Amino acid sequence: MRWRALKFLWLLVTSFSLLACGSSESNVAQGNRAGILHFGNGTEPQGLDPHVVTGIPESHIVRALFEGLTVKNPYTLESEPGVAQSWEVSADGLIVTFHLNPEARWSNGDLMTAQDYVWSWQRALSPAMGNQYAYMLYPVENAEAFATGKLQDFAEVGVKALDAHTLQVRLNAPTPYFIQLMDHDSTFAVHRPTIEKYGVATARFTPWTRVENIVGNGAFRLVDWQLNRRIVVEKSDTYWDQGRVQLNGIVFYPTENISSEERMFRVGQLHYTQTVPLDKIPVYRAMQHSPYVNAPYLGTYYYLLNTNKPPLDDVRVRQALSLAVDRVLLNNTVLHGTNLPAYGITPPGTLGYQPPKIFDHDVARARQLLAEAGYPDGNGWPGLALTYNTSESHLKVAVALQQMWKDALNIEVTLVNQEWKVYLDSIDQMAFQMARRGWIGDYVDPNNFLDLFLCGGGNNNTGFCDPQFDDMIQRQAPRARSREERYTILHAAETLLMEQMPIIPIYTYTSNHLIHPSVHGMPSNLMDSLNFKYVSLDKDWKAAD
Amino acid sequence: MWRFIGYRMLQAIPVLLVVITATFFLVRLAPGGPFSSEKAVIPEVRAALEAQYRLNLPVFEQYTAYLGDLSRGDLGPSFKYPGRSVNELIAAGFPVTAELGLYALLVALCIGGTAGIIASLRPNTAQDYVPMSAAMIGICMPSFLLGPILILVFGIYLDWLPVSGWGDSPGDKVLPAITLGSAYAAYIARLGRAGMLEVMSQDYIRTARAKGLPEWQVVVRHALRGGMIPVVAFLGPAFAGLLSGSFVVETIFQIPGLGRFYVQAAFNRDYTMILGSTVFLATLIVLFNLLSDILAAWMNPRLRSQFGDR
Repeated sequence: MRWRALKFLWLLVTSFSLLACGSSESNVAQGNRAGILHFGNGTEPQGLDPHVVTGIPESHIVRALFEGLTVKNPYTLESEPGVAQSWEVSADGLIVTFHLNPEARWSNGDLMTAQDYVWSWQRALSPAMGNQYAYMLYPVENAEAFATGKLQDFAEVGVKALDAHTLQVRLNAPTPYFIQLMDHDSTFAVHRPTIEKYGVATARFTPWTRVENIVGNGAFRLVDWQLNRRIVVEKSDTYWDQGRVQLNGIVFYPTENISSEERMFRVGQLHYTQTVPLDKIPVYRAMQHSPYVNAPYLGTYYYLLNTNKPPLDDVRVRQALSLAVDRVLLNNTVLHGTNLPAYGITPPGTLGYQPPKIFDHDVARARQLLAEAGYPDGNGWPGLALTYNTSESHLKVAVALQQMWKDALNIEVTLVNQEWKVYLDSIDQMAFQMARRGWIGDYVDPNNFLDLFLCGGGNNNTGFCDPQFDDMIQRQAPRARSREERYTILHAAETLLMEQMPIIPIYTYTSNHLIHPSVHGMPSNLMDSLNFKYVSLDKDWKAAD
Repeated sequence: MWRFIGYRMLQAIPVLLVVITATFFLVRLAPGGPFSSEKAVIPEVRAALEAQYRLNLPVFEQYTAYLGDLSRGDLGPSFKYPGRSVNELIAAGFPVTAELGLYALLVALCIGGTAGIIASLRPNTAQDYVPMSAAMIGICMPSFLLGPILILVFGIYLDWLPVSGWGDSPGDKVLPAITLGSAYAAYIARLGRAGMLEVMSQDYIRTARAKGLPEWQVVVRHALRGGMIPVVAFLGPAFAGLLSGSFVVETIFQIPGLGRFYVQAAFNRDYTMILGSTVFLATLIVLFNLLSDILAAWMNPRLRSQFGDR
């Protein structure tokens, strides 16, 4: 009796496993044949309204569905034609004229016009919209005044449709990176009739971005959106440059759990992962034909120093702390060599800009500086608290630095761990002595990192304030006549910043992905920027044994 | 019986009101808000956002307004997902979580029930120790460990089952159901064994044996109904626990259920989503407790008589 039951169970298990095996062609194999990219996208997007969303997962989907006036070439990061087929900048750098491609269409077939941009930018800048990235348009004359409610009449903002296909923009000051900003979600055009059909222009809660309603202008159109499950887009037949588009579709998966994402990649459910678990990196590095791709990323990991509170109000203490950090050792051990030691706030190679390196790991000098500040060999040290947000990797870095400071300077640093939102409040209110911080650039220009430290800037968070620095960033650099001259000024400003040391730069971020070898057209770049128009899949790809 | 049910329903109202009120004020007391962000938010933008979510009103007015919306079944717009209402997010996630919970419960009952009965038949022998030790391991093994182990063995090495997803490919519901159900299987095994042991020593079992019934008939027809009462009493809370506790399994297997939304909502300070899911789950828990009480009463005549329902 019992024997027969066991036999039945065995039969059940084996037949079931056969069933499972029979249908196990992987997403990747299927996708390669059908031209469908399976893309690990991190999290479920907050939404798809370009003027509302703020995150990177959102931006991947938004860029598939919409296109800016210009787009970035993924190989060089230089701007190239998007909706605008060409543009000119006036000799004084104050007027930019975009010529729209007469073939550019919305996904419902409507032609795109310059007026679409005027209306969309008004929407993006309206205070009622609550667009957190409205500042991307601040270089435009009077845009900031309108966005902050000081100016009511949008006609006074420097954007005008000269005719159906010519858009003229007046700027506050010459802004060399303005063309690049046209590739940012918050400067995208949105389809007015669709939005107005579902509510007022500035409403955040309307269903206009749902599958059945959304109208975009990108290389793909939305066909399926299942919450926390998948978002599917397919090649658009109204896109002006559809000849270049090689993918037939993309499936975006919300892969919050990075270990699950890595497993999905391993069994062929994904072509591309958003990141790689740190402890898996050595394994992938050791592989032949490794799918692991690691590249410098436009972001810096640093510690904020509150220069208003002792002992960090003394520049010598700030310098001593920074000089005592062995960034190379930290990177090689704790970080598995995945990042780059940083000695300035700007990541290296930002469109040709190299940050100054005015100091190095120097324990003797650090001890001397600390002694000069009145704490010889750590005597009389009042203690220092380091605040960081809950995360295994932030903790590891903090513990390593705590030990380095103990060994090199004989001083105690205590660690304060805070949950993300609590930590954000502490940073905002400067309720800390020293705090972890990361900054990811929105556009490729050293200005994006340096203007953080303007006097009273919203993301300064250190109390650092130097009129000479402000003058270089705000007045001298924009008036420079060439890229070289401008970089020289910015270099001097960054040198000044690092002499004052309101922050301790620790490392430059890198992007880490697993990319299946059948995927082409996803080159590494500093922005970790990809343009799906360039991506193709190798139909005949077979694993090389 | 009906009086009992009606009485329990009335009891539920103040319970839910306390849950709503406590959650409403607690989330607002937590430091950090839904609009704190890594990049500084300018005051004008913050004011516009707060106005859109009525956060500019005095807290008590927000509270009464929320109760008003709630009485109409409107749980409000989500903070994290603009353009989605909390009702919609729950409607999308709950069916998946409920299905997962149901399968997990079936797994728990099959494995746990069988193990419990087998163990109880020969107490203090190997037939008892082996399943009970396995049950102990099941209780101790957290799902964030069991899940990845099952994935490694059945998903990656043997390549029998998908490693993630829900309803996308055949068999992708098997591993999550086993992972979520196993901890409960262990509880059920222990409860079932205890219940059966007590029943097996009763006089009516001796009577059944004396009649000359074969042992399996004694167990199945006579002992089981009484012996499983503790298990049934446990089922209500267990199912509620499965619904609200499936977050880890949903994350490991990338399942689009309510658990992920619920836990993420707390991290995001998504006030309306936290409140909405808490109210929703609290209602369910109250309901399932009631159901399991009714079921236990049906199975146990002594309890039934207490309700004066003869």
